[in-house]
Amino acid sequence: MNRPIRVLMAKAGLDGHDRGVKVVARALRDAGMEVIYTGLHNTPEQVIKAALQEDVDVIGLSILSGAHLTIFRKLTELMKQYGMDDVLLLGGGIIPDEDKPILEAMGVKGLFGPGTSTQEIVEFIRREVQKLRAVGV
Amino acid sequence: MKTQSEKERWERETLEPFLKRSPERRERFITVSNEEIGRLYTPEDIKDLDYERDLGYPGEYPYTRGVYPTMYRGRLWTMRQFAGFGGPEETNQRFKYLLKEGQTGLSTAFDMPTLMGLDSDHPLADGEVGVEGVAVDTLRDFEILFDGIPLDQVSTSFTINPSAPVIYAMYIAIGDQQGVPREKLRGTIQNDMLKEFIAQKEWVVPPRPSVDLIVDVFEFGIRETPKFNLISISGYHIREAGSTAVQELAFTLADGMAYVEAALQRGLDLDALAPQLSFFFNSHNSFFEEIAKFRAARRIWARALRERYGAKNPESWKLRFHTQTAGCTLTEQQPLNNIIRVTIQALAAVLGGTQSLHTNSYDEALALPTEEAVRIALRTQQIIAYESGVADTIDPLAGSYFVEALTNEIERKALEYIRKIERLGNGSILEGVFRGIEQGFFQREIAQAAYEYQKQVESGEQIIVGVNKYTIPKEQDQKVPTLKIDPEVQRRQIERLKRVRQERDARAVERALARLEEAARQRQNTMPYILEAVKAYASVGEIMEVLKKVHGAYREPAMV
Repeated sequence: MNRPIRVLMAKAGLDGHDRGVKVVARALRDAGMEVIYTGLHNTPEQVIKAALQEDVDVIGLSILSGAHLTIFRKLTELMKQYGMDDVLLLGGGIIPDEDKPILEAMGVKGLFGPGTSTQEIVEFIRREVQKLRAVGV
Repeated sequence: MKTQSEKERWERETLEPFLKRSPERRERFITVSNEEIGRLYTPEDIKDLDYERDLGYPGEYPYTRGVYPTMYRGRLWTMRQFAGFGGPEETNQRFKYLLKEGQTGLSTAFDMPTLMGLDSDHPLADGEVGVEGVAVDTLRDFEILFDGIPLDQVSTSFTINPSAPVIYAMYIAIGDQQGVPREKLRGTIQNDMLKEFIAQKEWVVPPRPSVDLIVDVFEFGIRETPKFNLISISGYHIREAGSTAVQELAFTLADGMAYVEAALQRGLDLDALAPQLSFFFNSHNSFFEEIAKFRAARRIWARALRERYGAKNPESWKLRFHTQTAGCTLTEQQPLNNIIRVTIQALAAVLGGTQSLHTNSYDEALALPTEEAVRIALRTQQIIAYESGVADTIDPLAGSYFVEALTNEIERKALEYIRKIERLGNGSILEGVFRGIEQGFFQREIAQAAYEYQKQVESGEQIIVGVNKYTIPKEQDQKVPTLKIDPEVQRRQIERLKRVRQERDARAVERALARLEEAARQRQNTMPYILEAVKAYASVGEIMEVLKKVHGAYREPAMV
């Protein structure tokens, strides 16, 4: 119950914008979480494989290429397939407002755009993971 | 010394009693790059500055005051808005719109698959075709992209890196089709792979063969297209990735020196090549720091080319650069405020003596810009050019105690970094940059700076209006219309690629690709073979696949 929160930070798609994902990874680490970073240009399959292997509580996916609808659709389908309903899926990057409800309906639990404070993300993860773990036991 | 003692007297008699009654707004005043800025600069701060040696005259060594004798009194900077989205049809329309609105050069943004050397029908391209820029698979797309645009009358810039040799070949092929002599082609390919490995992260083959391909372009381009910038050595993306101003400057100039060393190793004539090298910088928020950065850049480059590398031709000593305002400063919150940010950044670029400028559109933290937003961005440049009067005299801030002191300081710190890179390569900057990439030196320095900045924003030491101060509830925030890419573009693009593959002479493509592979293996210059393949309508993906087969694919080790 008290094990540290494990987070997979991932970049999917073809874009190389990794400033945000690295800043968030460092902030989560400083907040006491265990962070695994996949590096760039992963397919949804690779992200899921890493998440399963690392047994993470959270997947934080960063996309700034505009392909978020395509990539999150594949990712959430795979998560259902593998029964990963205890894993918190979050998204970061440039996501237009009108796409947010679509992503939320797919099962993305939190979306963090430019200007979000890392503290807000830390608190969100702590709160949501606690809920998920409470359900789990 | 008189000034020194006078300053001390002022501090004692006037300043201190005042500070006791009325303290300053904060303890430390810093730039966005965490450089501390002093209260007051006086002649004491630039007492070692030698006008002739360190500043000189515009159009003369060391070019601190500008690369042309008349600067903007002669000709304004090129107003060059970056554009590209959807298929070549949509982008061709946007190009024509921009030319009609008074833009003087074109600048092409490609979609991610094209940038990464993948065709539109590649599995990894799904959802990305035409989204971040224009999709280009074969010469057929370029024929549509430049339909009705005479290449002898416009200059075109291409933001493309790993697949730059292919795009360069396509442009030459279009010129050939239009009957424009190659020596008349004007434009720029970014073609700067070192900063890709350092910051922007678009690649195909590993760093060393990537630099070989760049030198192939140099060797071919010196001979064939002497008015074309064969590379745009870029700090823009290094800065966007979170570096400081000094890191942007130092890493970019080190990359530039690395390319010079690679060209010299190939035996190229530096004085033929150097005038075809260009630079690309970011213009960020800290107004004076940016101006100082541009001025220091010219001085460092001129001295390096002349003294370190022995270039004899004054044209080789001139650092000419394009500037783009800093995309990372645009906020999603209260987006109209971005117009003001862009104005300040654009003004810094002009006061820093840029040769061309892209001003970001206010809606770009949300999506690709709409036509209206692009027009405002272009009008911003036109207002600076025609209404503000800042373009009417050369380097107007020279001699400011503050600006000159800051220029010296930035130069000093950048040179420290460059020496560090040189040590990493045992005296070779080229080797130092390769090792720096392999060891993650640049990547770590940048990530660290980005994190420090984020912490300063969260503690309120750095203020972003509308984000961590003067915020408004999201519901009250302005809604801006955003540009959507029709998924139809991907289908249409794949359709066209299929048709081209059916219609082209398959044997000619096969032959051209086989010859390219052979040339790459034999370490011959690949450019003539890439051009042959392009003219046979081989695709970007097919050509890059050949190079990957010979040199292997690069994958960056994941590090935070």
